[in-house]
Amino acid sequence: MASTDIIIHDKKDNVGVVVIEKVAPNQTCNCWIMEGDGSATVEAKNEVALGHKVALADLNVGDTIIKYGHDIGKVVKAIKKGEHVHVHNVKTKKW
Amino acid sequence: MEIPKSFLGYKRENGRVGTRNHVIILPVDDISNACAEAVSNNIKGTIALPHSYGRLQFGADLELHFRTMIGTAKNPNVAAAIIIGIEPKWTKRIVDEVAKTGKPVEGFSIEGAGDIETIMKASKKAQEFSIWASEKQREECPISDLWISVKCGESDTTSGLASNPTVGNLMDKLEPLGVHLCFGETSELTGAESVCAKRGKTKEAQDKFMKTWSDYNDFILKEATDDLSESQPTAGNIAGGLTTIEEKAFGNFQKIGSRQFVDVLTPAEEPSKGPGLYFMDTSSAAAECVTLQAAGGFNIHLFPTGQGNIIGNPIEPVIKLTANPLTAVKMKEHIDVDVSKILSREMNLDQAGDELIKATMRVANGRFTCAEALGHKEFVMTKLYRSA
Repeated sequence: MASTDIIIHDKKDNVGVVVIEKVAPNQTCNCWIMEGDGSATVEAKNEVALGHKVALADLNVGDTIIKYGHDIGKVVKAIKKGEHVHVHNVKTKKW
Repeated sequence: MEIPKSFLGYKRENGRVGTRNHVIILPVDDISNACAEAVSNNIKGTIALPHSYGRLQFGADLELHFRTMIGTAKNPNVAAAIIIGIEPKWTKRIVDEVAKTGKPVEGFSIEGAGDIETIMKASKKAQEFSIWASEKQREECPISDLWISVKCGESDTTSGLASNPTVGNLMDKLEPLGVHLCFGETSELTGAESVCAKRGKTKEAQDKFMKTWSDYNDFILKEATDDLSESQPTAGNIAGGLTTIEEKAFGNFQKIGSRQFVDVLTPAEEPSKGPGLYFMDTSSAAAECVTLQAAGGFNIHLFPTGQGNIIGNPIEPVIKLTANPLTAVKMKEHIDVDVSKILSREMNLDQAGDELIKATMRVANGRFTCAEALGHKEFVMTKLYRSA
């Protein structure tokens, strides 16, 4: 089993969480999809630290971020696959 | 793993069981703190619980104050209690309710006597209680005597990935054995509220949850300025990779595993519908939440953290776990259970749940938590609104 760089909760998720100290730009990351024990790869575009999220697809303004198979917020600045997803490009739909 | 069927606890007069054997000196109000602390300085084996409130409160806020005071002293981790207030009436109200448990309790009021005379009288009684409590022995008690509360703090994405699901795994394993369980943090279920509501065992519990959540959310929307920057999620949450309250909520929600909740409790309310999981309406601030859960009668607490929350409670031992490998190393003295190997897939959730059960049983038997050894005893009353 290849070591895991990113964990994805649910098959429907469009983001994954970095679980090593950091991933580097252009690094091909091994992803473990918890639901169904699947695997995938994604090429990181930025340096992303432990616990932070990486986009698994290109996302446009207004798109919904899915994690745990659920809506966790909206995209406010376009995100490319492999880029860091956080407060600079995603906002809550609640408050 | 075969789950232990029993632990060594302190059997109380009313049938409840404590994991600790505290003699508390409880001030009714802010101005009685000095007296309470003087008594606990005089008498070894006692602990004072100073706090900031208890004067001129009214309505639901005053009722919550009494519920928290009374519940704290009634908690089975408390062997005996000294209650000290400025006035006799409110002091007596607490003493009378605590006395119903059958445990030793005595009240003192300062007005007309002054601090020094009160400290002398209360110290004499506290010495009697401390010596009496010191002879109490731990006895074998069924695991169903555990009342376990949970709350997470300084969460990050590793909380939702691993440490919260570890608590959920423990709940899934222990609930069938008849333990009481409690989760709270009303505001931190925002985004996951309708998914959480569906976990109510009855339509009544589901409706009660949605009403409780909506009331809290309305209050936040009323008081919020442009946003809740660095409050929800906190700066620590954001540093750990959590982006929105919804993401935090779905992570938080992992703590209840696949359980359903029996009922919704008001803050500091004791459950009355038998064993199982309860939701308590609480703030998401760690010390406020744990203080309310302890006042609800819970005798051991599980606290998953990501970035490293350090909270403890004076009467309810707080066991901390983390899945963040950096926190596990950098803040080692605060972490009782390290489940970071889940992230590297060297440990699975089932194994992590077993490790947490083992740690919980050891602490129930008397092992100090990291927070206890470090002297953390945050006792924080929840206040609903301004005093009159």
